[in-house]
Amino acid sequence: MDISFTLNGRETAVDVPPATLLVELLRERLGLTGTHVGCDTSQCGACVVHVDGRSVKSCTMLAVSADGCAVTTVEGLSPDGRTLHPMQQAFRDCHGLQCGFCTPGMMMSATDFAASHPAPTEAEVRHWLEGNICRCTGYQNIVKSVIAGAAAMHQGTEA
Amino acid sequence: MRDFAYHKPATIEAAAGLLATIEDARVLAGGMTLLPTMKQRLAAPEALVDLAALPLSGIAEADGVVTIGATARHADVAASPILARVLPGVAALAGGIGDPQVRHRGTIGGSVANNDPAADYPAALLALGAEVVTDRRAIVADDFFVGLFETALAPGEIVTAIRFPAVRRAAYAKFRSPASRYALAGVFVAALPAGVRVAVTGAGPSVFRLPAMEAALDKSFTPEAARAVAIDPAGLNSDIHADAAYRAHLVGVMAGRAVAAAIAFS
Ligand SMILES: Cc1cc2nc3c(=O)[nH]c(=O)nc-3n(C[C@H](O)[C@H](O)[C@H](O)COP(=O)(O)OP(=O)(O)OC[C@H]3O[C@@H](n4cnc5c(N)ncnc54)[C@H](O)[C@@H]3O)c2cc1C
Ligand code: FES
Ligand code: FES
Repeated sequence: MDISFTLNGRETAVDVPPATLLVELLRERLGLTGTHVGCDTSQCGACVVHVDGRSVKSCTMLAVSADGCAVTTVEGLSPDGRTLHPMQQAFRDCHGLQCGFCTPGMMMSATDFAASHPAPTEAEVRHWLEGNICRCTGYQNIVKSVIAGAAAMHQGTEA
Repeated sequence: MRDFAYHKPATIEAAAGLLATIEDARVLAGGMTLLPTMKQRLAAPEALVDLAALPLSGIAEADGVVTIGATARHADVAASPILARVLPGVAALAGGIGDPQVRHRGTIGGSVANNDPAADYPAALLALGAEVVTDRRAIVADDFFVGLFETALAPGEIVTAIRFPAVRRAAYAKFRSPASRYALAGVFVAALPAGVRVAVTGAGPSVFRLPAMEAALDKSFTPEAARAVAIDPAGLNSDIHADAAYRAHLVGVMAGRAVAAAIAFS
């Protein structure tokens, strides 16, 4: 099936079998391996990307369902591919990762959340991250990173 | 996943036509249940009929009736200003389903059609005496949820909307499995003009009402009255998460919390 969508700001057209998952299209056809597959059973959130601005699990969405949509992956977070996005910088500064496997999904989930929560509480962050599992960090520094990243994303936009 | 033909019809008539003519075609809504099932090869339909292009996602209220379109996503139900005003218990329920990413894709129609024994929405529909509207008819909740993953839907029948009465004094409480976030026991309590209705999910093979608790809450709509009702564990689920006696206890505790929440909403 022919589909076209905006991927990290760029128009993309591909022909995919309907049984292709969005994450398979991203990783295997388009080479964007920043999006991870942790569980493949819709539980872990390693595969989270944005579709039309909302965080979704790309292992549980058909590629054909993205037809006409705007998709952003972790590769598209940084505006120029060099400077880190404020959320990426916050994860780096706050040691929000150990092995890094969950990190792309964590950051995609977190940037969706932070867009509407400039100053979240710890409880709000923990509640939001329920769909993102980390086997390493114990979450403490992830929560710290999200709070710092949210503040940085909104810096200068305060009235 | 086995390959399949994919259709995204623009009208309900076209969707119904596809479902009627293609053998073994399935409706695709949010895919949060269907796609994992297909990945495990527990389902391998010939074709999927995606409802995404149908104009079925609206939420509206008129003359005391709240209509939620079948493809309204859990996140949109949770954030609806209309529901916050006239049916806050259902908005709060939707906000507690799964996690944010599940709520961004999953739909009320998919949840209702699937009738998972631990799903949240069926409790709201049954307690509120909602109607399931399809492309053919309207079915009252009491007749809709037939059994384990079983509903009154005929093959190829499409849920188009759910109609609820606007009731502020109605709320849900669930004890979540920390791993799956589904209900180990969930109770929806609704104070309707004709009397209180109580529906339980997660504890039995399918959602069910609790007449003894309804009678007690008709007399006294308080958390204490809810908790005082003895729940019979016979017929309740026992599994590695909780045995029937524990679930029976949880039903009373959740009912008490739901009553407290309903009072706070009204
Ligand atoms: C990690 C995770 C956690 C979850 N936690 C919870 C939870 O806490 N509580 C809860 O209640 N649910 C939970 N769910 C399930 C979630 O709510 C699903 O969204 C829901 O069960 C199915 O809705 P859907 O729109 O995704 O339907 P789909 O998966 O697309 O479809 C489900 C079934 O319904 C049929 N169907 C869909 N729409 C219609 C329609 N309009 N008419 C007729 N048939 C239709 C499909 O053919 C299919 O058989 C969870 C799911 C996941 C993956
Ligand atoms: S890989 Fe998608 S949720 Fe785990
Ligand atoms: S850093 Fe290893 S899984 Fe999160």
